[in-house]
Amino acid sequence: MTTLQTAPEKAETVVRREALYFAFRNPKLLGGLAVVLILLAVGIFGPILDSGDPFAYSFTDAIQSPSGKHWFGTTTFGQDVFTQFVAGLRTTFEVGALGGGLTAIIGMVIGFVAGYRGGMIDEILNMLTNIVLVLPALAVLLIVNAYLGVRSVGMQALFIGLTSWPWVARAVRAQTFSLRTRDFVDLARLSAVPTRKIILREIAPNMSSYLFMTFILCFGGSILIASSLDFIGLGPTQGVSLGLMLQNAHQWSALTLGMWWWFIPPGAGITLIVGALYVANVGLDEVFNPKLRET
Amino acid sequence: MLSLADVSKVYRVGAFGGKTMTAVDGVTFDVDQGQVVSLIGESGSGKSTIGRMILGLTAITKGSITFDGAPVRPGADYYRKVQGVFQDPFSCYNPVFKIDHMFQLIRQIRPYTQEKLEESISSVRLEPGQVLGKYPHQLSGGQLQRLLIARALLLDIRLLVADEITSMLDASTRIDVLNLLVDLKARGLGVLYITHDLSLGNYLAERTVVLRRGVVVEMGPTEKVFEDPLHPYTRQLLAAVPRLHAPWEDARPAGCGVHSDVQPDPDHYVACSCEKEPE
Ligand SMILES: Nc1ncnc2c1ncn2[C@@H]1O[C@H](COP(=O)(O)OP(=O)(O)O)[C@@H](O)[C@H]1O
Ligand SMILES: [Mg+2]
Repeated sequence: MTTLQTAPEKAETVVRREALYFAFRNPKLLGGLAVVLILLAVGIFGPILDSGDPFAYSFTDAIQSPSGKHWFGTTTFGQDVFTQFVAGLRTTFEVGALGGGLTAIIGMVIGFVAGYRGGMIDEILNMLTNIVLVLPALAVLLIVNAYLGVRSVGMQALFIGLTSWPWVARAVRAQTFSLRTRDFVDLARLSAVPTRKIILREIAPNMSSYLFMTFILCFGGSILIASSLDFIGLGPTQGVSLGLMLQNAHQWSALTLGMWWWFIPPGAGITLIVGALYVANVGLDEVFNPKLRET
Repeated sequence: MLSLADVSKVYRVGAFGGKTMTAVDGVTFDVDQGQVVSLIGESGSGKSTIGRMILGLTAITKGSITFDGAPVRPGADYYRKVQGVFQDPFSCYNPVFKIDHMFQLIRQIRPYTQEKLEESISSVRLEPGQVLGKYPHQLSGGQLQRLLIARALLLDIRLLVADEITSMLDASTRIDVLNLLVDLKARGLGVLYITHDLSLGNYLAERTVVLRRGVVVEMGPTEKVFEDPLHPYTRQLLAAVPRLHAPWEDARPAGCGVHSDVQPDPDHYVACSCEKEPE
């Protein structure tokens, strides 16, 4: 009896161990995650090393190249670039988590409902998805911006969430559509399980790896969009982000003045985070999808 | 117990439900307590649609289905009395959970003890210790199908809709599962046995309903339908021995056999066979 009961447990741990085994041996996943985690750690623990005000002016320290005192040098106004970089990383991760989370949540809710309900509801949600998909997001933002003076990280994340969910919705809808025709969904209905629970507890667990990967992509995408918005002057009016640093550097001609230390850290920061997330995602795909595993 | 009256189902297909497709057309029959009724028809004749309407999984377009006089209302109350088992046992289990999950789901509509669970698993001739705690892919189709019947027994239901439950099983397992249906009948359950397989239908059922393109062409006591088929379609269905190199011919009436106003036996219904035929 005891042997019979322990056998399935073993089988389960074997499956889990297999995923972990491939996860720990996947250089793309490990490398990508390492880069993101290091940058996240810099953003979180950076203030311990350097707790200055990112906006503190200092005319005596203006336009300094990197040194022991100012690791990443200073700006035209003598602001410490490393202090700004640390604060900027935080904002950038914040907008990634908020905007990416919002994108994923809106897209999943609409995708799940459209795919599960089908019929008329699906057609209407599909139409909405297509409308948002072809909406010129930038033009909308310019208009919204003209009316709403206050621009915070939260507003930026909200805007990203409200405009970039369609591709998530489409992909989730397609997967839900094929899963809901499986008989276990009918069996759950025959057990009087409410629709919300059927979607969350029966259908979603079958695509958990996919949903996880979607969130990672949304996270990276959100950072990229936020940085572009910052750069063209549609960023938050308060605080500092990597995109805003780039915009400042550009505005004060850092490139022509040869102040490379002003624009390289934020540029490299954005590229590294977004690039590493994409690489990690490719790695995850290989872990979850045995067909893609090399060797 | 279960009563279908002039039940029709029209599916909306195409963009914004532009086109329609009549899958079931004016079907009327009853299933009583302790009775097995077999619903026979070829693939696409609307059998599953009827089963799903009885189970409240698909809406009825026209007509009514009542259980003990009350119309079908999907919900805990109804599913304590009426349950279904389907064709593909592998698709009936959520692959990410152990099979215990399926039993867990019905706890909220009828609480049960661990003993009761093991008792119902034993009653479908399975060893509880060998199946509980396993993932669906670790069990065979026959075992999974029996567990679905155990689930129905645990709910203490009164009517089971069995939709081609043996068509994906191998011959020996098929007989075992059919014997379980005989047990159910002995317990006083009503069973709607949906099949396209004639040879097994008559083995169990008191009554047979022959369905063709969503329409009942003949129905009555199984022995009358099988020994004295009156509708040309039923005749052809019974006479049909699969032949190689010969295409399956759709039943075409050779002249008019029976008119609906000439019912030979009140208990043996035959549709008029000289209705306008498509093609
Ligand atoms: N959800 C649906 N939407 C549209 N048409 C359907 C749907 N389900 C079944 N049908 C159609 O209804 C007819 C009857 O199907 P079904 O009841 O599954 O037949 P059977 O179980 O006898 O093989 C088929 O032509 C099928 O294509
Ligand atoms: Mg069917």
